[in-house]
Amino acid sequence: MSALWADTTLAELLEWLPLLWQGFLINLQVTGITIVLGLPLGFFLALLVRSHNRWVHVPAITFVEIGRGAPALVLVQFIYFGLPQIDLTLESFGAAVVAMTLSSACYISEIIRAGLDAVPKGQHEASLALNLSKSDEMRFVILPQAMKVSSPSLLGFAILILQSTSLCFSIALPEIVAQAYEIGSISFRYFPVLVLTAGFFVVICIPASVAVGWLEKRNASKI
Amino acid sequence: MSWENFLILLSGLPYTIAVTFGALIIGAIFGIPVMMLRISNVWILRTSMIVLIALVRSVPPIVWVFLIFFAIGTAIFPIEPLPAALISIGAIAAVNMAEIYRGGLAAIHHGQAEAAVALNLSKWHTFKDIIAPQVMRVSVPLVATYAIGLMKDAAVASTIGVPDLSYQGRYVTEMTYEGLTVMGFVGLLYVAISLPVAWFSRVSYNRLKRKAAV
Repeated sequence: MSALWADTTLAELLEWLPLLWQGFLINLQVTGITIVLGLPLGFFLALLVRSHNRWVHVPAITFVEIGRGAPALVLVQFIYFGLPQIDLTLESFGAAVVAMTLSSACYISEIIRAGLDAVPKGQHEASLALNLSKSDEMRFVILPQAMKVSSPSLLGFAILILQSTSLCFSIALPEIVAQAYEIGSISFRYFPVLVLTAGFFVVICIPASVAVGWLEKRNASKI
Repeated sequence: MSWENFLILLSGLPYTIAVTFGALIIGAIFGIPVMMLRISNVWILRTSMIVLIALVRSVPPIVWVFLIFFAIGTAIFPIEPLPAALISIGAIAAVNMAEIYRGGLAAIHHGQAEAAVALNLSKWHTFKDIIAPQVMRVSVPLVATYAIGLMKDAAVASTIGVPDLSYQGRYVTEMTYEGLTVMGFVGLLYVAISLPVAWFSRVSYNRLKRKAAV
């Protein structure tokens, strides 16, 4: 243990904290933007996948399955190292946001689709009987009920998005793992700095998953 | 993409499979004691496992891989990338497998344990001959689904230098500057490997449902 800790002083830990926090802010930013862009995109994909038109359904489900089947690490590098091939260069933050959004939208679309599928058929028939337009039916009847089913899973998935932003380390995004790696390679004190890094995630993710579990239980008792 | 580069990419495939399968086997074995402690009647054991499971799950895999590789590797004893990846990803798998087993255990009717008591079977025999085989059978589809997720997590092994698919993809990309083609191909390869596993998961789930074991 003492070998791992390598006589790291409290002063050093305090010196690293702001650096790690700077990195973690980038993780939080990428997560935030990914959620804001990924939700509507995921909803749109879910509608396409549910379409009865084969020419819409098949490309949409293929896109979603590839997005979910390929590792996020590969997608991130695909966007960052791949786009320059068609003369489109994104800096690491932009590439991170694009890749995380695309990947998340695919997962989100499946969560939303499960929610939409969970709404009983009678709701759709009742909307038809009331002569609601298709968009009104979706907005006022189907979506509110679907979101009630989907929201715990969506919140749970938001935690996973935060965790997977750490993969952007591989495209030189100065997020928290990149900061930790740099501090480690300079001070050669990998263990304390990585434990500190893990702490950032623990502090956010454990309370968040407790909250998600509580929401799930409450939702289950209502249905 | 030239033929040589294609072969370089394919040379990563055994490593991807090795890390995934290795971690899955480690997880399948160590998941059993983790699950047993998690459902223990002793408060302190149960609570410490709940905390451990939450801790392992809340930290991104890449941080675990770095912790084992760099922290253990520089401070305690030198460790090669492949064993470091197996230990860290195997530990993540153990925790998740424990939760899968626990779900499978909950699906076993309590009458099974009661019948074992009525037959005067010992606790160990009840577990080994009655409960465990049923848990294993119920868990198969979930384990197959989890294996796909694990393969995607295993890609982080490339960041510490395990020459797997992602690693070779990155390497060929840096040589050719054809990231779109190369990384696109690597991504599709991952999807292609997961397709038969997903199929197996669905088939085994349907078979289970037909037998009405749950």
